[in-house]
Amino acid sequence: MLADKDRIFTNVYGFQDWGLKAAQKRGDWDGTKALIERGQDAIIEEIKASGLRGRGGAGFPTGLKWSFMPKTSADGRPSFLVINADESEPGSCKDREIIRHDPHKLVEGALIAGFAMRARAAYIYIRGEYIREAETLQAAIDEAYDAGLIGKNASGSGYDFDVFMHRGAGAYICGEETAMIESLEGKKGQPRLKPPFPAGAGLYGCPTTVNNVESIAVVPTILRRSGAWFAGFGREGNAGTKLFQISGHVEKPCVVEEEMSIPFEELIEKHCGGITGGWDNLLAVIPGGSSVPLVPAEQIRSAPMDFDGLKELGSGLGTAAVIVMDKSTDIVRAISRLSYFYKHESCGQCTPCREGTGWMWRMMERLRTGDAEIEEIDMLHEVTKQVEGHTICALGDAAAWPIQGLIRHFRPELERRIEEHNAQFREAAE
Amino acid sequence: MPKVTVDGQEIEVPQGATVLQACEQAGKEIPRFCYHERLSIAGNCRMCLVEVKPGPPKPQASCALPASEGQEIRTDTPMVKKAREGVMEFLLVNHPLDCPICDQGGECDLQDQAVAYGRGSSRTKENRRAVTEKYMGPLIKTVMTRCIHCTRCVRFSEEIAGVDEIGALYRGEDMQITTYLEKAAAHELSANVIDLCPVGALTSRPYAFEARPWELKRTLSIDVSDAVGANISLHSKGREVMRALPRINDDVNEEWLSDKARYQVDGLTKRRLDKVFVRKDGKLAASDWSEAFGAIAGALEGDKSSVAAVAGDMVDCETMFAAKALLKACGSTLLEGRQTGMTYDVSNLAAVNFNSGLAGIETADCILIVGSHIRWEAALVNARIRKAVKAGAKVFVVGPEWETTYPAEFLGQDLKVLNRVPKALGDAMKAATRPAVILGGAALAAGALGAALKLVDKFGLVKDDWNGFNVLHMSAARMGGLMLGYAQEGGMADIAAAKPKVLFSLGADEMDFAPFADSLKVYIGHHGDKGAHNADIILPGASYAEKDGTYVNTEGRVQFAEKAVFAPGDAREDWTILRALADAIGVSVGFDSFEQLQGAMIAEVPALGEEALADYGSLPKADSKAKAEGVISAYPVKDFYLTNPIARASAVMQQCSAELLHGEEMKEAAE
Repeated sequence: MLADKDRIFTNVYGFQDWGLKAAQKRGDWDGTKALIERGQDAIIEEIKASGLRGRGGAGFPTGLKWSFMPKTSADGRPSFLVINADESEPGSCKDREIIRHDPHKLVEGALIAGFAMRARAAYIYIRGEYIREAETLQAAIDEAYDAGLIGKNASGSGYDFDVFMHRGAGAYICGEETAMIESLEGKKGQPRLKPPFPAGAGLYGCPTTVNNVESIAVVPTILRRSGAWFAGFGREGNAGTKLFQISGHVEKPCVVEEEMSIPFEELIEKHCGGITGGWDNLLAVIPGGSSVPLVPAEQIRSAPMDFDGLKELGSGLGTAAVIVMDKSTDIVRAISRLSYFYKHESCGQCTPCREGTGWMWRMMERLRTGDAEIEEIDMLHEVTKQVEGHTICALGDAAAWPIQGLIRHFRPELERRIEEHNAQFREAAE
Repeated sequence: MPKVTVDGQEIEVPQGATVLQACEQAGKEIPRFCYHERLSIAGNCRMCLVEVKPGPPKPQASCALPASEGQEIRTDTPMVKKAREGVMEFLLVNHPLDCPICDQGGECDLQDQAVAYGRGSSRTKENRRAVTEKYMGPLIKTVMTRCIHCTRCVRFSEEIAGVDEIGALYRGEDMQITTYLEKAAAHELSANVIDLCPVGALTSRPYAFEARPWELKRTLSIDVSDAVGANISLHSKGREVMRALPRINDDVNEEWLSDKARYQVDGLTKRRLDKVFVRKDGKLAASDWSEAFGAIAGALEGDKSSVAAVAGDMVDCETMFAAKALLKACGSTLLEGRQTGMTYDVSNLAAVNFNSGLAGIETADCILIVGSHIRWEAALVNARIRKAVKAGAKVFVVGPEWETTYPAEFLGQDLKVLNRVPKALGDAMKAATRPAVILGGAALAAGALGAALKLVDKFGLVKDDWNGFNVLHMSAARMGGLMLGYAQEGGMADIAAAKPKVLFSLGADEMDFAPFADSLKVYIGHHGDKGAHNADIILPGASYAEKDGTYVNTEGRVQFAEKAVFAPGDAREDWTILRALADAIGVSVGFDSFEQLQGAMIAEVPALGEEALADYGSLPKADSKAKAEGVISAYPVKDFYLTNPIARASAVMQQCSAELLHGEEMKEAAE
């Protein structure tokens, strides 16, 4: 279990005030100027050394991402940092806790990360439904401006840096980095084709890096306590601490900062008071938010909760939004509901996702009641394969994976429903 | 020049080419829906997926992927085949099975590609999506249930036409293409989205349920509704022209066509002159050729040379030459084509030509438009100027304000700005490497040609490989007429002053007939319009669709149009009427067949014999005393949809005019 002294988010439960004074007491904005004075390359090196991987789900090494940004502007275009606070993945709720209870970690992180990638400004794109959180964040930004921590000569470092907050309008797809950029520019939130990548031409055609809230918020602490300290947690390649968000059939659902690679069982027992009805009652777990395949009970129990460990199980860490389902769950209905979500949130731009998500959801609805043929399970699987990897952005993949996970692990359940359903009609026909 | 391999075949592709273009260069067909050469890349249909190494282990959209050195592209692997089948299946999941009643049938990309790349059978049991109808105006018929969301129409409106009219609402499978507030698409190029639509979602409303593509005879023709000379293909069934579609010609119309050129063709069957008429007791009465010819010969008895000819806006060079030959045989040179009375100097045709070329104007970086409502006078040139502006050109306009499709600065209506150039214009012209001036009909009428020629030196319009002095005509017959000498020094006034006994009006409907009260007015034309109403004798002629003919567009491009259908009733090809008339009058014109006529015409004006840009030599020296005076208070085109007798006879054009241009007034009047 992570020791209290090693926690980065010391106010994640909101027991203390979120304001600037309280944040400074917790160590935020302490010697920010000195951190900046280390220089851009040193900061990026430190982050690379920490082994921090992006907390938004894909797990791309953060330091490496920053290093793609241009060191000088050949044509006068500024660079931008865009912070993705459009947390809309079912199960995920970590960015919300950071923003409402510890917003200054994010604002300070924005300054330092922005400085490291030579950005002119940071845009924080916050989910539209986060109304109170947006108020808190804006208040925190205003406090930081008033205290001279950001803006002209930010924190006395001589670097000019602005932080803007932009509220989304409630589209899941705007959490995709290029769709977010489109949305920020005032257009319909639809992902862009890559290449060009945002680091070359992003927001308003300028070099842009899009980072998750958590990835940015941990940066100041990593710099203060050294990359080596951060790298000391977790298995190799999965360094650091992480906010886990456990929801579903556990005694005490919670958001908790833990060491990476903590075994699932330990995470649940230590922080969530165990599974409802005991471990024998566990059916399956979606370990990383709605877009990763589920893992059945027997495989997840001792699995390390990190990027590589869950990948080995055919799933992923995602945002570490752990959705626990006990045996009272109608697993087909649960996955069907996720399919509905993706059908609802598909932007409609490219064909496989636009047409495939609706088709998959309708088939899932029939499988839920068993109103199907056995062959249709294979057909559904094939359709998910036709969507996966054929789309502009990853939403197509995200829509396909939960269904693939279901078919992989619960095919007998699907077949049972079909047989039972069709048997009724066979009797009636006889 | 990167080298890539396509299915094992090594080829070199141009820098900046996409993988799709590389595959095409290698002779591989890549199915596509959203990709279009002249539009931006959307990459959303996912039909063009190919396998590319190096790259991620999944198929890549070839339309959006740049070809780079050493790429190994496969278009024939199982992965590619499966990907295409998958995408095609998705496109068909919600596409209605209404091909038998769909107008796109037979020329439908989805149909063709489903046959070539689809799975061959349907696996879906779910209900199909239905989408409510969207109104897009009198030209575009919508069946949005058929839409596959390729967004070509959206991109066309935004990028080529420059009007944000079409867009997508909602998201996911509920996404719908619609016009803003479901208003009609009201710009001059709107119907091009019908050609662009790869399925039957946007089809031609006037052509709805008229014919199948395999029933149509295609004839290569030239559009005569403006002076651009757009290359068209007339599709006819039996004796009727069913529709006009653009042909691809990058020098002229790219692959677009103005709505008027496309939809005036229904006017070819309405208000037609299909009988000979002679005015008796003040009323036109049906008659026959011999009576009419006798009357004309009678009028010319004594003094055969008292005869004049005025050419209309849509006549071909052969007709004009035949009339010229007839007048010459009679001993007259009273020829004029500038019906509205313009008198600009035509001693050097380079001074009244669109010298930069229609394609060339795209490369201009500063453009001064004097007295031209280009959107209405030459919609396709306007699209070219928009391209130039997108590439960074600045545009200034002298004349009343009109809605440009690009940022433009209006310098007022007073022509004096040509004498004393405002600083903004002067600076922009000085900074430009390819400056251009476009002089429109209103400027010519106001006598601004001489003053405009002074700008050639002032702005440096002529350089080694650039001539930026342009005159934009509105009449398809204008340049051909000027080459054949259809111009008097004093214009129409000279013709009127000569008081000819016989006046031939070759489809001239825009002229003022009042000064010719004492003349025998002979109208040789095809529509019962103003000219026919004023005529004493009507000899029914053929429209552009009903005769072979040569046309010269505003940039001096000589183009040949073929005959698509026969003229109705007693109507004859114009040259045969004039040839027969020569016998009646008792003179010899020197040709007995169309070939002989063309031969004589080409012998006189060799440039008309070659389908190419005519060479008019270099611009004349400007008259240093020329001064621009007066104001341009209005443009000659009052109603884009009703500029010529064919369009005025067309029910579709009338509807467009009423709804798209006067809809608001009519709504007010109804209240």
